[in-house]
Amino acid sequence: MSYSRVYATALMTIIRKEVRRFASIWIQTIVPAAITTALYFLIFGKVIGSQIADMDGYSYIEFIVPGLVLMSVLTNAYGNVVSSFYSSKFQHYVDELLIAPVPDWIILAGYVFGGVARGLTVGLVVILVAMLFTRVQLVHPLISLLVFVLTAILFSIAGFINAVFANNFDDISIVPTFVLTPLTYLGGVFYSISLLPPFWQSVSLANPVLYMVNGFRYGMLGRSDIDIEIALLIIVAFILLLWSFALRLLAHGTGLKT
Amino acid sequence: MTPLKCSQLTKTYRNGVQALKGIDLQVKEGDFFALLGPNGAGKSTAIGIICSLVRKTAGKVAVFGHDLDEDPFGARCSIGLVPQEFNFNQFESVINIIANQAGYYGISWKQAFKRAEPILKRLDLWQKRHTEARFLSGGMKRRLLIARALLHKPSLLILDEPTAGVDIEIRHTMWQFMSEINEQGTTIILTTHYLEEAESLCRNIAIINHGHIVECTSMNRLLQRLSGECVVLNLHEPLQEMPLLAPFCGRRIDALTLEVEISDGHSLNELFCLLHEKGIRVSSLRNKQNRLERLFLDLVQGGAPA
Repeated sequence: MSYSRVYATALMTIIRKEVRRFASIWIQTIVPAAITTALYFLIFGKVIGSQIADMDGYSYIEFIVPGLVLMSVLTNAYGNVVSSFYSSKFQHYVDELLIAPVPDWIILAGYVFGGVARGLTVGLVVILVAMLFTRVQLVHPLISLLVFVLTAILFSIAGFINAVFANNFDDISIVPTFVLTPLTYLGGVFYSISLLPPFWQSVSLANPVLYMVNGFRYGMLGRSDIDIEIALLIIVAFILLLWSFALRLLAHGTGLKT
Repeated sequence: MTPLKCSQLTKTYRNGVQALKGIDLQVKEGDFFALLGPNGAGKSTAIGIICSLVRKTAGKVAVFGHDLDEDPFGARCSIGLVPQEFNFNQFESVINIIANQAGYYGISWKQAFKRAEPILKRLDLWQKRHTEARFLSGGMKRRLLIARALLHKPSLLILDEPTAGVDIEIRHTMWQFMSEINEQGTTIILTTHYLEEAESLCRNIAIINHGHIVECTSMNRLLQRLSGECVVLNLHEPLQEMPLLAPFCGRRIDALTLEVEISDGHSLNELFCLLHEKGIRVSSLRNKQNRLERLFLDLVQGGAPA
């Protein structure tokens, strides 16, 4: 049997398994994001947002839609991979993959595809929820899609790395709680960094989530605090960096092989 | 082509424990090979390295001529592993576990179902194919591990304590199944703590202890080294004292049980003639210790075989 056929089938198998996993527990994986963002739209968008002046020419609820969609995408992409891959370590069924003729990059790609699939599914559900509260625009649909997918890829890889290092279930919630959530909330989801003093504007530029939120906001609303080319470049650079790191971990067997 | 060749295989864990100290091992095609050793001897480490689950410190492993470092694809395609632990997703159904495993070896979903049917039927799991693994009994889970390992038709099957915790009836069914697979040409490496299992199934044997191969020979040759054996006789009528049975040595366990040593050069027939002359009737007899068990203990405890 040829390498390419084995690899293609193995990749499809991992993707199918991952998609089936999150789809079969949709009440835990899809619905919570819809409820949470509906509450965000209701409270921040309708109740509080109605008291806030326009932001860069958009109503507050229109302004926060891209950020909330992207927040759902990245947390779900991350959460999918970290919980799925850690479970496979915890129950030792990751051995099935390590024994088989599946190269490391196929394992990583399979899990990342799974994370992207969940991120995008949840993102679309959140967009549908947003449509119940406000007008959803897509000024640059291709850029929106690109940022959408790249963000899901980046956070899926990050989730994979977290799972590789995790030794218990606490370890898979530490990063989302203490790193991901602050970065997301300070990444311009609810405000434009132009509202911050110059010093904090500069500090915010060190937050990678800012580039994703603004990239996606550019795609949806046609405006951004960051130049879109720079935003895309930074996202791609982070993807390449984390991808290489994850492959290195797999090659070394970190957290997987004694 | 040689199914498995390990040269100077060494493994030192981070904590400094040297699990393998340069072992050389070669398994012939079509063999049913026993790899035995006490707990912590290095068997599982060796199997882990062969199956790419443990990083080796030094040495070479070749599976059907495919070097594990240079051609992992070729090597891994040839191996099927039945591990000690239940390492499948407990929340997946039997058929999905099998089909996923097949997929990792390039076998399509459709083809996997076709291949799974006879294997699952043979292992009495077909009726349970849609059951989640966590609802299976221990014996069924063991059989699921075997079914999963066989789906990609490996040329080298490694069974790491496949019958641990399985009742005797299922164990016998599994022995029969393993023998059939071996007869069909699959080379099998078996590790087990049931030495009668190794004795009845395997043709060649390696014993590993403290990271060294202390014995590697054919089963027959090893068993021939036994210079005697000890039998336990259950008597028909009670005896008040140990009768004189020279040249045999023995002792009276209780009124109805004797233990007699049959040393090299003497036979059971002679013993029975002697017992008959003394009017002692034996209702049954058994070996005090499994033959291989006795040799095994001698080898791992460092003494010469009895």
